[in-house]
Amino acid sequence: MEAVAGLSASENQYLTFILSGEEYGVDILTVQELRGWENTTPIPNTPSFVLGVINLRGVVVPIVDLRDRFGLESMEYGPTTVVIIVKVNAGGKDRVLGIVVDAVSEVYDINKADLQPPPDMEGSISIDFVTGLATMDEKMVILLDIAKLVNEGILSGSNKDSSAAEVEASV
Amino acid sequence: MSIDLDQFKQIFFEESFEGLDTMESGLLSMNDGGTDLDVVNDIFRAAHSIKGGSATFGFSALASFTHIMEGLLDEMREGKREADPDVVNILLESVDEMRSLMTAYQDNEEPDIEEMQKLQQKLEKVCGMEVSDSSSEPKESAAKEETEEGRRLGWNIEFIPHDDLLTTGNDPALLLSELCDLGNVTLSMDDSNLPAFENMNAEQCYLKWSIELLEKDADSVVEEEQITEVFEWVEDECDLLIKGIYPERKASDRRAGDRREGGAQEDRRQGARRTDTRRPSDKKPAQQAVTIRVDTMRIDELIDMVGELVITQSMLGQLGEDFDMAKLVSLREGLEELERNSREIQEAVMRVRMQPISFAFNRFPRMVHDLSQKLDKKVRLELIGEETEMDKTVMEKINDPLVHLVRNSMDHGLEGPEERLAACKEEEGYVRLKAFHQGGSIVVEISDDGRGLNREKLFNIAVEKGVINENDVLTDEQVFMLLFAAGFSTAAELSDISGRGVGLDVVRRNIESLGGNVGVKSVFGEGTVFTIRLPLTLAVLDGQLLQVDAQTYVLPLASIIESLQMDEKSISGLASDTMVYRLRNEYIPIISLSRLFSTGENTEVNLAGKLLVIVEWADKRIGLCVDELLSQQQVVIKSLETNYERVVGLSGATILGDGTVSLILDVSSLMDMSNKAIECVNKSNKLAPANGSQEGV
Repeated sequence: MEAVAGLSASENQYLTFILSGEEYGVDILTVQELRGWENTTPIPNTPSFVLGVINLRGVVVPIVDLRDRFGLESMEYGPTTVVIIVKVNAGGKDRVLGIVVDAVSEVYDINKADLQPPPDMEGSISIDFVTGLATMDEKMVILLDIAKLVNEGILSGSNKDSSAAEVEASV
Repeated sequence: MSIDLDQFKQIFFEESFEGLDTMESGLLSMNDGGTDLDVVNDIFRAAHSIKGGSATFGFSALASFTHIMEGLLDEMREGKREADPDVVNILLESVDEMRSLMTAYQDNEEPDIEEMQKLQQKLEKVCGMEVSDSSSEPKESAAKEETEEGRRLGWNIEFIPHDDLLTTGNDPALLLSELCDLGNVTLSMDDSNLPAFENMNAEQCYLKWSIELLEKDADSVVEEEQITEVFEWVEDECDLLIKGIYPERKASDRRAGDRREGGAQEDRRQGARRTDTRRPSDKKPAQQAVTIRVDTMRIDELIDMVGELVITQSMLGQLGEDFDMAKLVSLREGLEELERNSREIQEAVMRVRMQPISFAFNRFPRMVHDLSQKLDKKVRLELIGEETEMDKTVMEKINDPLVHLVRNSMDHGLEGPEERLAACKEEEGYVRLKAFHQGGSIVVEISDDGRGLNREKLFNIAVEKGVINENDVLTDEQVFMLLFAAGFSTAAELSDISGRGVGLDVVRRNIESLGGNVGVKSVFGEGTVFTIRLPLTLAVLDGQLLQVDAQTYVLPLASIIESLQMDEKSISGLASDTMVYRLRNEYIPIISLSRLFSTGENTEVNLAGKLLVIVEWADKRIGLCVDELLSQQQVVIKSLETNYERVVGLSGATILGDGTVSLILDVSSLMDMSNKAIECVNKSNKLAPANGSQEGV
């Protein structure tokens, strides 16, 4: 995919969303689609932030509650609750998964030079998952490295062992 | 003229490897004694096709090597030579060499000529002795002649095409221009046979040529093979006379062109061999398209079924145009028809992927033959159930484990002849490969009548290596399964055949990654049986839908033995929190899915009256406690690992008719999860037989 014409090389487009009043951004090229909330099939013995799987046009896609993952208090899912379906490269291949957020906000063009490094943070959002902080209209936007978040923050290490011996069940 | 040869190359390799397999199995059957002319003919034909093809694609090393081999086979065919073990062995070696040459060509690498030349000399020796006293055509090597008669300057070639050369699609002009590539050519054409124009038949060849081929310079030596190679396809349609030109001395007459050729290859397009034989090797090792050979019958069946599907579809479409309730019956009928059609098509498509396991078994006769010589053991290989079909992907993956287990049986399992005689056994041991279907699985057994496994020794080694504790109480089977633990080897010394101690755990992992399992049974002194159990296909599953805590799960139908409503009297507690169910004097551990998956609200449940589904995997049974049994249906397996990761207890997910996702239970890993419970019961089952029989009376 090519960036939209008119953007300089150092500028990226970010889709931002709201989580508990804060605005977060992800690289728009990783976003495959936006969906409304639907019921999931829970997977047993998985971390609580893995809500389960849904059927996305014949593909089984896991859904992750980002509030839960970031240790924010959980909220009732309402009409503005949105599932952002992202496609990232994890464990050597493209994986599709959905993240549940409070609401989708804006699309911003952000120049890499304008990014500020994140302050040292501890807690459930490791500093590793944050690419940087940007200021848009006097508001702070936290830009996330979604691939890293999926790789290290959502998939557990167990997958790395099994990926070698993995059997694709394809029809 | 340029034709993309690559697409033909792929086919050539496929056919040639098949040809090699044919040759190999043919040779092995001769090994048992006797020369069956049909078999020899088969081998000869295979060799001949490979020779022709490899010359076409410019694999000259392979072509010339096969050519010599073919000479030997020709003699066998004409009954001039018996198939004694020496000849068969050298031919087998040659097959191996051809295979490695072919692999090199396939990977676009230069083949290793050295090994080939050694073998070639051996072959020539075998041929040569026979030829010199029985044939009027001495086949001395060109090199030998060269030293005798000084440096050769070039060749005189008489090329006299038969009348029908043109009708077989060959063009002399192309052959001649190819000769021009080899050196400086002086050509004279004899058109004395050319009839008057009105009498001329356009498809008949009236011309003949004499050609003087001189080497361009001292460096570019033209061998006779290169010339015969040019005329390879027209050997039977022309008279060819090739003489060397030597300074001063008289060149000896050498006829090389009229070897007999048995194949029906000559009508191949001449054009194909005109294109560049030397392909630029800048390409990366060829990316091989994975292909599958399918019986055309099966494809025809599929097409018929699709035809039926189209008819049903149009019928339903028409029904939908103006539907009223009166037509409900025919709508139902139509839908039933549609269901039948789609099921049949699905089964047929699955069958396309199915191949008989003989594809995997075929390599073993050769392997056992070689290994038995190497190990100095007498071994008989028995193959049973070769026609058993299994999914191609599964088959590809069990190849290595099978090889490993067979090697293992031959190396460690079977004893040498003396030891066998001393143990009052036949001198010849057997290794038996047996494949059969059982439920939804395919089972492959590798058995031998060797010395069996020594329980004590295994146990001690395991303790020594810290795999188990000295005080552990294990069943025989559990002890034998230690063989499959990582870093475990019983062989006293390492050999290059098996026994580096890294093998069997890899075997186990490979098979488990396919959703199968390995088992072993053995009687000390009498033999060992390894059992591999694999799912028949990796794509579709006959499932039983069931409900636990409002969640729907799919259980593979094939693993279900029976379902029953629990009777309170048969439920008893065991150890801390394990429950067992007594079913016909067998205690079966009750596994609560609700608890295993932590989906239940409260863990305290009254089991009485609830449903118990008894499932079996690898001869073990457990009972799964479920809330409700729903319908049975076929489901398409979707991997959870595609977008998430492997989850213990589940083999994947599927999408049900209403679009929701349902999880597929994996019986073997459910058993692992509840292993603790099972062990408890197994122990008590062992202690309880007296008790059980009492109650049974």
